[in-house]
Amino acid sequence: MRLLHWTDMASQQDRRTLVVAGNGMVGHKLLEILVERGATAEWDLVTFCEERRPAYDRVGLSSFFSGTSADELSMVAEGFFDQLGLTVHLSDAVVSIDRAAGEVVSAQGRRVAYDALVLATGSYPFVPPIAGNDAPGCFVYRTIDDLEAIREYAAGCQTGAVVGGGLLGLEAANALRNLGLTTHVVEFADRLMPVQVDDGGGSVLRRRIEDLGVAVHTGMATTEILADEAGHVAGMRFKEGDDLPVGMVVFSAGIRPRDQLARDAGLAIGERGGVVVDEACRTSDPRIFAVGECALYAGRIFGLVSPGYQMARVAADRILGGEATFTGADMSTKLKLMGIDVASFGDAFATGEGCEAITYRDPVANVYKRLVLGPPDRRGDRAVAGGILVGDATVYQTLLQMCRGDMPTPRHPEELIFPASSGSATPAVGVGALSPAAMVCSCNNVDKGTICAAVAAGCDNVGAIKKITKAGTGCGGCVPLVTDIMRDEQRKAGIVVLNTLCEHFAYSRQELFDIVRVSRITSFSEVLTAHGTGEGCEICKPAVASMLASLANGHILDGEQAALQDTNDHFLANLQRDGTYSVVPRVPGGEITPDQLIALGEVAKEFSLYTKITGGQRIDLFGARVDQLPHIWRKLIDAGMESGHAYGKALRTVKSCVGQTWCRYGVQDSTALAIDLELRYRGLRAPHKLKGAVSGCTRECAEAQGKDFGVIATERGWNVYVGGNGGMRPRHAELLAADLDREAVFRYLDRFLMFYVRTADRLERTSVWLDKLDGGIEYLRRVVIDDVLGICAELEADMARHVETYECEWKAVVDNPERMERFRTFVNSDEPDPNVVFVTERGQPRPAYFHEKPDPALLAIGAKP
Amino acid sequence: MLVSKVWVDICPLDKLIPGRGVCALVGGLQVAVFRIAGEEIYAISNFDPFSGAFVLSRGIVGSRAERLKVASPIYKQSFDLVTGVCLDDATRSVRTFEVRVAGGMVQVASP
Ligand code: SRM
Ligand SMILES: Cc1cc2nc3c(=O)[nH]c(=O)nc-3n(C[C@H](O)[C@H](O)[C@H](O)COP(=O)(O)OP(=O)(O)OC[C@H]3O[C@@H](n4cnc5c(N)ncnc54)[C@H](O)[C@@H]3O)c2cc1C
Ligand code: SF4
Ligand code: FES
Repeated sequence: MRLLHWTDMASQQDRRTLVVAGNGMVGHKLLEILVERGATAEWDLVTFCEERRPAYDRVGLSSFFSGTSADELSMVAEGFFDQLGLTVHLSDAVVSIDRAAGEVVSAQGRRVAYDALVLATGSYPFVPPIAGNDAPGCFVYRTIDDLEAIREYAAGCQTGAVVGGGLLGLEAANALRNLGLTTHVVEFADRLMPVQVDDGGGSVLRRRIEDLGVAVHTGMATTEILADEAGHVAGMRFKEGDDLPVGMVVFSAGIRPRDQLARDAGLAIGERGGVVVDEACRTSDPRIFAVGECALYAGRIFGLVSPGYQMARVAADRILGGEATFTGADMSTKLKLMGIDVASFGDAFATGEGCEAITYRDPVANVYKRLVLGPPDRRGDRAVAGGILVGDATVYQTLLQMCRGDMPTPRHPEELIFPASSGSATPAVGVGALSPAAMVCSCNNVDKGTICAAVAAGCDNVGAIKKITKAGTGCGGCVPLVTDIMRDEQRKAGIVVLNTLCEHFAYSRQELFDIVRVSRITSFSEVLTAHGTGEGCEICKPAVASMLASLANGHILDGEQAALQDTNDHFLANLQRDGTYSVVPRVPGGEITPDQLIALGEVAKEFSLYTKITGGQRIDLFGARVDQLPHIWRKLIDAGMESGHAYGKALRTVKSCVGQTWCRYGVQDSTALAIDLELRYRGLRAPHKLKGAVSGCTRECAEAQGKDFGVIATERGWNVYVGGNGGMRPRHAELLAADLDREAVFRYLDRFLMFYVRTADRLERTSVWLDKLDGGIEYLRRVVIDDVLGICAELEADMARHVETYECEWKAVVDNPERMERFRTFVNSDEPDPNVVFVTERGQPRPAYFHEKPDPALLAIGAKP
Repeated sequence: MLVSKVWVDICPLDKLIPGRGVCALVGGLQVAVFRIAGEEIYAISNFDPFSGAFVLSRGIVGSRAERLKVASPIYKQSFDLVTGVCLDDATRSVRTFEVRVAGGMVQVASP
């Protein structure tokens, strides 16, 4: 219990008390809204929570089985109930309401007088009244305690059944399956999810679920739960068909509102249960409200969380004297059940007058789509009125918006559910096609929907989105994707999107590239003076440097160029978290001689560098200080090695497999081709890094389809793939051309790479670029194979110039004393950086963490006194 | 009271590349010194409060709306070259140093 301070006592007289029965998702939302609106200045908020845990995310309940802890599911912000004016009674339920006295009584004997009372008691799982339904081994699926009990019992079972093939039943079935049980779903109706989908959708869903190994029994009425001698569940008996032996049963046959309290208190109750409320969420007693799954509005129970939250908002507003109203909610749903997309929206069953449905069914891909159209208007056009999608719900958002009237229905709405006819370009799958639930920022768990909401709320730059959503504030890797989503949303909202590089240039990267190329400008200051403003920044400087470098291969550290480079390019090495650098020599195609390995080992030993095999078939040496870099490279170059450009937005590696030379399956010399490609494109500066691979046969050991360009050997030559990506948003490469000879491989790749370099946005990998390219791979083929733009000769000449003028950047440094000068830690001292401290781990050095440093106070010296 | 300042020699001006920084040790402190153009020079701490590494001298120099700044090479937050205040998070800042060019030599006032 909360202690009162003396100062509170005076105002205590005119404080009022709100009692909330139930601290579930909706009850808690109500408290949050009230606190946010400053209600605690006048009200004491007392909540009774029957469960032993305060509110948690019931929607995410199943994730409890995949390792999410009860704490992580909690919805209660740290210290929430410690605030003045808030009290929670855990493991204590309200058992009666004395309306005349204005008091509630709890199971533990508390009596609390209320000025207002909110019932947020939720619902309970309906258990059909059949014999044996309470035997040990029978469960329901509603609370964390239920799930704990299920997990414990399942450990001793081989098979389990779920009674009920609705939304929650299938979720429970998936849980049993994940617990390793042979799982059955028994549904009384003749299809799964009878409330949301029709026969067509139900049968597609059934096949997909059966493919996952779950047995589905529809049209079966369970009449009895059978028990063994010990009284434990042993099987099920049906009105029709044989007995089914099972070790446990989970009932999920619908929900029923928890209205007993309200019934006992004489409040109005619906015919089939539910506390009757009006638009203000008030019950028949004006001092008592009901919200969430226990409330019945207009004859309906809203069994989803979002309508519950709307009710919470309305009740809170009314309690504070407002006028908000609840007038029903959209029950459209889209879920991923066992990895299967299922969506149902609007008038899914075409019950409305004049409504008719178009259905599409693909038994091979096992996809079902039903589009319900409303009656024709005067011009004969019909609007989307509802629909069902099973197996592929990518068009859900679009259709839903049309159904809600937020987006006009096109002339031929059927095209929305039929796949694009063959021959036409594959529809582009840019960010627009990402589902709102798609995870964008994995550091901060932000999905696309959240970012779209921020844009809708007025955020018009990435900085603002970062502040509001936290996306992009961790590792920063998702920022390009966040930017794309923002632009896409703005475009959709009709805002003119200026795809400008930064505040200094009102051009996109592609436009600026064209300006630089056509006007033959060779320095940043010329570009800035002629086409920009201000001093430039960390965005436009490296971007322009990269353009200048891909147009003419001058040394990256010469003249003005030096000031433009990101630190990695400036020191020709990758910056690490402690300010030291890593060194990655090129190992073309991953082929390395024993002597080179020894040389690498010797250098690493001499400079005490940490060594690691990278994911790109080469060796990384970490922990070099700026002043050590040229000395390290001198030795490596003497041993015949060269820069690997691990620091640049440039070609990284061309991964190979051993291919024909050694492998019993290889059909071409994949290693030789990989080496030749790597040597041809080494040093090529691009909008983002580039990776390639060559596999010697279709087994694809080099993972060529995950690279920006990939080549796979065939009996007749080589297949070239482009636009693949691993990393954050993996994408399979697409086939550009098949069965090419070696020379054609080079020709097409030369053109492809140069076309990408010219036209892509800053920090855009080929995968993202190709997704955005109008007409996709078809169009790309027309450009680089059919030469419809007539630029292929130019692209090839650009590449030829690059190949001719390439030199190893490090060799050019160590051969030049002036360039060597740059590599100093301090301009005025030869001391090493005292902040760089290493500790030994597994026999190698690694940077010390803050607490391991001898003098952590050292860190403070840079901060403002 | 006026105590005359101690000016520490850093390096000849022509060693600095316009638009780039270097790091100097001044009285045990790491100072990032940037040359914008001509004799326009700024000095702030080399300490990046977001990463805990001493690296600001290696960032890219530029401007944001009229204000000169450097972007940390680690997580890219920008710091005002004149005030040392972080432009992306005003609750963070780094100290600044007085700097001048005397007889072709760049000098920082020792704190
Ligand atoms: C060293 C290495 C990890 C390792 O220990 O194996 C590595 C380390 C880094 N990766 Fe990587 N990546 C390494 C292989 C990969 C791979 C695997 C591969 O290449 O087969 C991938 C996924 C494949 C792909 O790129 O499609 C990969 C996907 C990324 C990404 C995400 C790119 C994307 O498009 O999603 C980044 C971030 C970026 O580039 O913006 C990244 C960035 C980085 C950076 C440069 C981050 C940074 O700025 O500090 C890391 C520093 C490297 C260094 O200091 O030397 N690294 N990185 C690997 C070096 C390979 C090499 O020899 O050059
Ligand atoms: C497994 C599962 C998955 C779901 N998935 C989704 C989904 O994907 N999308 C969606 O929109 N919805 C989903 N739901 C439904 C969603 O969880 C509910 O709509 C939501 O929880 C309703 O909130 P509520 O506060 O009304 O009820 P509850 O969250 O059930 O909270 C009611 C609370 O009140 C307590 N209580 C009851 N009587 C008393 C009393 N007399 N005194 C004190 N306390 C009492 C109960 O113990 C309970 O803790 C799912 C539900 C489950 C079980
Ligand atoms: S891709 Fe083919 S040739 Fe290459 S290693 Fe694998 S099986 Fe052998
Ligand atoms: S900051 Fe978004 S993924 Fe790391």
